[in-house]
Amino acid sequence: MTEMNLSVKARRIGRTISLPAYLAMLRKDFKKNKYLYFLGLFGVAYYLIFSYTPMYGVIIAFKDYSPVKGIMGSSWVGLHHFTEFFQSFYFWRLLRNTLLINIYELLFAFPAPIILALLLNELKHANFKRVVQTVTYLPHFVSIVVICGMIVDFSRKSGLFNMILGWFGVEAQNLLLDPSLFRTIFIGSGIWQGVGWGSIIYLAALSGIDTQLYDAATVDGANRWKQVLHVTLPGIMPTIIILLILRIGGMMDVGFEKVILLYNSQTYETADVISSFVYRRGLLEANYSYSTAVNLFNSIVNFMLLILANRISRKVNDTSLW
Amino acid sequence: MIKRSLGDKLFDVANILFLCGLMVVTLYPFLYVVFASLSVPSELVKHSGILWRPQGFFTDAYKLVLKNPMIISGYKNTIFYVVVGTLLNVFFTALFAFVLSRRDLYWKKHMMMMVVVTMFFSGGLIPGYILVKSLGMLDTRWALIVPGLIATWNLIIMRTSFQSIPYELEEAAKMDGASELRVFAQIILPLSVPLLAVMVLFYGVGHWNSWTGALIYLRDRELFPLQLVLREILIENSTADTTNLSTTTGDPFLGEVVKYATIIVATLPILVLYPFIQKYFTKGVMIGALKG
Repeated sequence: MTEMNLSVKARRIGRTISLPAYLAMLRKDFKKNKYLYFLGLFGVAYYLIFSYTPMYGVIIAFKDYSPVKGIMGSSWVGLHHFTEFFQSFYFWRLLRNTLLINIYELLFAFPAPIILALLLNELKHANFKRVVQTVTYLPHFVSIVVICGMIVDFSRKSGLFNMILGWFGVEAQNLLLDPSLFRTIFIGSGIWQGVGWGSIIYLAALSGIDTQLYDAATVDGANRWKQVLHVTLPGIMPTIIILLILRIGGMMDVGFEKVILLYNSQTYETADVISSFVYRRGLLEANYSYSTAVNLFNSIVNFMLLILANRISRKVNDTSLW
Repeated sequence: MIKRSLGDKLFDVANILFLCGLMVVTLYPFLYVVFASLSVPSELVKHSGILWRPQGFFTDAYKLVLKNPMIISGYKNTIFYVVVGTLLNVFFTALFAFVLSRRDLYWKKHMMMMVVVTMFFSGGLIPGYILVKSLGMLDTRWALIVPGLIATWNLIIMRTSFQSIPYELEEAAKMDGASELRVFAQIILPLSVPLLAVMVLFYGVGHWNSWTGALIYLRDRELFPLQLVLREILIENSTADTTNLSTTTGDPFLGEVVKYATIIVATLPILVLYPFIQKYFTKGVMIGALKG
């Protein structure tokens, strides 16, 4: 029993283990696995420096950070930056824009890959299915800068979008200068780019459904629609729920990459979200503490949403992240 | 074969038509850019209606793009970030995943906890910027490589995959006196070649497409990756050098066509590689979805 698994041993002993014995066990473990711990040191150091140091750095949200004085030396200001943000004109605008983009994404972008996966699942020709998959995955690989470059070009007054809108009698204008169109363009292009890729995970879940269930349903006289409703959808429901929880946990999240590529000062009214505001205030205007406070507020709300969604889903149908 | 009703057949036809439409909508924007990039500028401007072939044939735009010093340096920098970055990414991710996949390591779960926490909490943009600045990495190539060395999701995929390698193999090697490093290099890695390929592609395409790191950490234009150069040309409309070219060649619409050619030049490597790498990506997503 020289290969006795130490962690198993520790678990068996449980909490009754005394401190000296615990230390002795640790020492033995370190001695035995000294090379492994040495190799692990790189990973641990990486996470400590590049993930945990910035987490500690978040305390500048409660300070008046100045680069000269450093994080430690800067003076505390308590919740000053938070109250300033909550009372500012930006607060409601950013909250509304961030939430609305997410709500519309939940309504339109979230179901799109599910529908595509269901449609692909109904195809009888494997080759055609593969062709559709290959084509629809493609935009996922094209960089967001190029995609947005194309959107900017197509939205010009003489661009492709305006030409198509012209067929329906819509007057040409630069679409990206119209605040009322920003969300449509942002979310529509997101669906266009992501729908194929997003369907992969559902297709994986679909391939895991036992074909006998379909046979049984056919015997029971279920038509195709009924089979989708009573076999296929329940089969992928756990996947849908998990992704929905994650999605709801991100309801206050909109990445700034695509926003800052597509917005301009004329569309801030609908386009400016929390992350793009943090980027502008923080990096372009060097308001470090203030923007960190805004970001922290955002993270806290996100985390609470995630816990809430997880709890609701565990109650309602026994599927949860943890 | 069970008899299919009329409704079934109608649905199948509608389904196929819909998916064909989806493919057209997906591909046409790219085809439009290809056609436009090969069109004679003055004729492209005159053209109305759906563009379904180049208007005339014109390659000068491509010549101008390939002569643009920013495009050239952007390309070189991006290749550096992709090659060096991906190598370091995969090496350090695999190394840490190996440690985390060992059985008899008492502190394994503590380390794993430390990793998983970072999936839910992060310092955010500004503390990250302050860190990189205080490490003296601002305006260096390292700023685009080191802070993102290990992607937690990839780490977990790798760890799960390493764990599924039969333990007997290592045990036998250890009996013969193989060290941990040897187990890693001669048993785990050779058995994980398909997984390593997936990781190379995940990280590689990530580096190729990334631009926000450069936006945040770099001021020196000499270090700009291709995507940041593209942003200047395509989004910020800084067609200063291309409009200069327009005036010297006497064609006021050349700048537009040059933009299209720029898109193609910058996207071509991905488009050419895409058919070959697609299935590995799909595989990677599956591993992540099923095991993660």
